[in-house]
Amino acid sequence: MLQLNSLIKTQMDNNLKGIDMVVGAKGSPLQLILSAVYHIDSPTGNISVEDAKKIKNNRMVGSSIDLLYGDNFKGYRIVGTEKKFLDLYKAKIKEGRKWEDPFEVVVGSKIYSKFNINIDDELVSSHGLRETGEEHADQLFKVVGLLEPSNSVIDQLIVTSPQSIWDLHDDHDHGSEEHEEEHDHDHDEEHDHEHDEEHDHEHDDKEITAMLIKFKSPMNIIQFPRQINEDTNLQAAVPSYEISRLFKLFGFGIETLTYLAYLIIIVSAFSLFINLFNSMKERKYEMALIRTLGSSRRQLSMMIIFESLILTTVGFFIGLLVSRLGVMFVSSLMEESLNYNLKSFGILNEELWLLGLSIFIGLISSIIPALQVYNLNISETLADE
Amino acid sequence: MISTKGLNFKYNEQASFSFPDINLGKDENLLIIGSSGIGKTTLLHLLAGLLESNSGSINLYGQDISKLTQHQIDKFRGQNIGIVFQKPHFVNSLTVKENLQLAQYLGNKKDQNRIIDILSSLDILDKENKKPKKLSQGEKQRASIAMAIVNSPKLILADEPTSSLDDENCDRVIKLLKKQASEFKAQLIVITHDNRLKKHFKKSIKL
Repeated sequence: MLQLNSLIKTQMDNNLKGIDMVVGAKGSPLQLILSAVYHIDSPTGNISVEDAKKIKNNRMVGSSIDLLYGDNFKGYRIVGTEKKFLDLYKAKIKEGRKWEDPFEVVVGSKIYSKFNINIDDELVSSHGLRETGEEHADQLFKVVGLLEPSNSVIDQLIVTSPQSIWDLHDDHDHGSEEHEEEHDHDHDEEHDHEHDEEHDHEHDDKEITAMLIKFKSPMNIIQFPRQINEDTNLQAAVPSYEISRLFKLFGFGIETLTYLAYLIIIVSAFSLFINLFNSMKERKYEMALIRTLGSSRRQLSMMIIFESLILTTVGFFIGLLVSRLGVMFVSSLMEESLNYNLKSFGILNEELWLLGLSIFIGLISSIIPALQVYNLNISETLADE
Repeated sequence: MISTKGLNFKYNEQASFSFPDINLGKDENLLIIGSSGIGKTTLLHLLAGLLESNSGSINLYGQDISKLTQHQIDKFRGQNIGIVFQKPHFVNSLTVKENLQLAQYLGNKKDQNRIIDILSSLDILDKENKKPKKLSQGEKQRASIAMAIVNSPKLILADEPTSSLDDENCDRVIKLLKKQASEFKAQLIVITHDNRLKKHFKKSIKL
């Protein structure tokens, strides 16, 4: 449980790095985050490039990345975005190159290893974000690059230029290929807003799905999202805030499980004690025999304590093993349904603490049987028989 | 080499035992005979240091064991006294050989060859890797003799070793005990109510 909790958290945080705010269409902020950052929920809708541009030009914005989607390849999302997107997740090209022309794609590690995709393969996408969408059979995506595994969400994405998505869904609109290049600029130095806007009017009808934003200063995180939410028809959501809200929501369940786990620990400590106690009754004669063979009382008591300690430590390690198997199971489930995986088998600090606890329980529950053995009346035990 | 003087043990007001003095020279064996309830097992436990007497002294090979601490007595017993119980008992989770090794470990003597010697002289070497529960009654009895003598004790105490045996087996067991004792240079004290054993001992005490 500890393992699962921490894995989900690290995986979530991993994907959160470098994203201060997400801007998208109005709707649920959590949904916006889940769709734009974790790529597991449907997007809230589209926003116009023009609106997005206004936000980008705001002084508080450090850098921004456009995201477009609406298509998938066998359930894995095809994201139209800028090349900066790769840098955000520190993704490196393992083979091939980055996309240049429309319909060239770079494929995340999990997808190419699962479907055995190579450079120059052509992928048929289907509309929507689920496998069942209508296929765009007339327009194939050409694989030009494969990404190294980065253990973040990009492993399960297919990345291409925004233009590819626009072209795919809007056959009439061509001839603005340079469009996305413009977004790449750092806008600090652009004071000439009017000019900029005029230029933008050409592409009114274009839409993007969401925009990832990094602020110039962390201070802006409080003020700017509110400003967007109140003054525009866009929605801004802060991932770290939404995710902690999400954790609070299902944290309740985790808490209940934690109490349940404590209860189980107490019950098993008790049953260990009862077991030792009973086995001591059965083995009383053996204990007396060992004493007559020349063992001292202390030796015998230590034997009982060690027995209990060995039991609890072995139990701990078996528990550890089972928990890892459980995590693997949950992970495979998540991978199937959400294209998400949790992998890491390191020992957590909390687990060291658990080891300490189980040793402690081993000691406590063996004290009474050990004392019993210490004060065992050998003569009586032997004669009793 | 073995002497007791004015031994007295009291369980409570109703049950208290006084025992006759014992004087036993080197290489002498002794039969202590008496009917049930007269304190035979109590005397054996006193001699083995499993019980502490209320008064009197026990001198074993120059050591007054009533003056030793519990810990010292445990050690002394492990090294010098082997006990054959009425019913054979072992640590059941260990094999015969492991039981003997445990006895050696506790008596602070390690000698693999001795285990093999003893088991072959008792004719149960082929059972060394068996669990005690898998042995037949006779094999168990021999294994328990092995347990008693594995540490080369100076004294072997046997508590009713023959009470549940028929004449033939009774004869066999007591001869085996005597043979083992003399073979491994130990003195033998047998405590019993079994009159059949009288003929095997030169020296006997009646309680």
